[in-house]
Amino acid sequence: MRQQGRNVGAWLVICFLLLPITVVFPISVTDRDYLSLPVSGVSLRWYANLFTRPEWISSIGQSLVIAVCSMVIAVGVGTLCAIGCWRRGSRVSEAIRVLMLVPLIVPTIVYALGLYRLWVRLDLLDTYTGIVIAHAVTAVPYVIIIVSTGLAGFDVRLEQAARNLGADLRQTLWLVLVPSLVPALVSSAIFAFIHSWDEAVIVLFIAGRGLFTLPRRMWDGINDKLDPTMAAVAAVLITVTAVLLLVDLVLKRRQV
Amino acid sequence: MGLAAPQAAMAPGLLSAAGRERLAFMLLVAPALLFAGAFYFLPIAQVLWISVSEPRPGLGNYAQLFTSTSIARVLATTARICAITTAITLVCSYAVAYALTHARPTIRRLLTIGVLLPLWVSVLVRAFAWMALLRREGLVNTALLASGLIDHPLGLIWNEFGVVLGMVHYMLPYGILPMAVQMRQIDPALAAASRGLGAGAFETFWRVFLPLSLPGLIGAGVLVFIFSLGFYVTPVLLGGGRTIMVAEYISVQIMDLLRWGTGTMLATTLILAILVALGLLSRVVDLRQLFGAR
Repeated sequence: MRQQGRNVGAWLVICFLLLPITVVFPISVTDRDYLSLPVSGVSLRWYANLFTRPEWISSIGQSLVIAVCSMVIAVGVGTLCAIGCWRRGSRVSEAIRVLMLVPLIVPTIVYALGLYRLWVRLDLLDTYTGIVIAHAVTAVPYVIIIVSTGLAGFDVRLEQAARNLGADLRQTLWLVLVPSLVPALVSSAIFAFIHSWDEAVIVLFIAGRGLFTLPRRMWDGINDKLDPTMAAVAAVLITVTAVLLLVDLVLKRRQV
Repeated sequence: MGLAAPQAAMAPGLLSAAGRERLAFMLLVAPALLFAGAFYFLPIAQVLWISVSEPRPGLGNYAQLFTSTSIARVLATTARICAITTAITLVCSYAVAYALTHARPTIRRLLTIGVLLPLWVSVLVRAFAWMALLRREGLVNTALLASGLIDHPLGLIWNEFGVVLGMVHYMLPYGILPMAVQMRQIDPALAAASRGLGAGAFETFWRVFLPLSLPGLIGAGVLVFIFSLGFYVTPVLLGGGRTIMVAEYISVQIMDLLRWGTGTMLATTLILAILVALGLLSRVVDLRQLFGAR
């Protein structure tokens, strides 16, 4: 009985967690001009808006380009670092791993301030390069954590065997480590992608008139007029996120 | 000591192998270190530097912590909201983490997805959804008015209530997941032993399980508190300019007033507060475990 009672509390919390996520879907098909549940029928015009209005399309495109570029950089740099620290296993490598986790702790707003000043000097404000670098560098900690976890289950002797059989570092990486790390790499790539795709704070600081990523467009949409197109955007984003999460869970299961 | 001779004999080969290993190590970590150094740590260092050099060198900016009433108010608001958020988050997280630890595999999988999905969904999407639910013409007020429970719409948003609600929603997964990891390490035999020795279910929980889960509770608490301190998006959107926390205040100083000295001073203060909290925490739990690095 008591066990049951405790679980009720847990399920209530889960319902609270899922409430705002589920409520977006009925709102996105409302037949009214404002945010409400559908009253006398459903309408798909908000989705039509989303996929036909040039401002939403260009924002989706910009966010895609930035997220893919920063994902590639973060996964590359972070994976090498994780492998290096794993092979070495010394105090120095432990210190490096801790150092690389700092961006998880420092509030983004603090970083955005410093980056703004640096980008003014390097003339990178309001550029793709500027945002890609910022998103990549803040995604590296996630990659390092995920790849390190993947490496923890990897037999060090396989790597040593490859080296003993005459493989050089590059060959060991490409032919032995990377293939067996594929699930962790995909998982970290998904995480790095979502990190950039959803990132709003840095973009609000370092993007000007030229760049309107999807989060920035949503930020403005939330602050200006709460039009149901926003609900369609939210519904699409939640669906995409749910699919990526499922892919990640399936990968993790195979890994274990 | 008997090993000394063969070791010495192999020394030249060993040394070059060790040297090659070191070179490989450096080659592997160099890109990350250079990248983060140039584009992360340098900008952060600059924030610290500006706080003591603009508008004029010295600790003048920091004096405002003790003289400015508006800063005092913002810091008090931030501390209060973070404390309330952390307390509510911990209680709710504990219930979910407990259920996660004790549930059957199928149930556990469902619960896990229920925790992970909100964690992954964009914070902007969630803020938007709360607005749709809670504003004056929102779904909650509409439903309550229609049911006759209230006569006037309730002010559920653009105040401290809305900010705390949104923040608790954001922080819950960060409370639940580390807590569940720690609870899983508690040996179930201990609770069984307590029951076997005649303790009731409540007594077993109160005197055996709860004390054992305390490190996870404290760890999650500090983590949630730290994340709350510098939180920007949700407080700004759900506070509606009326409930202002320190991150929003910093951005106003920089973006609207161009007072870099004050903004960076508060940013530095924020980092210091977080470091102090982490320092205290590291005495209780292994930080790397908390952040999933192990």
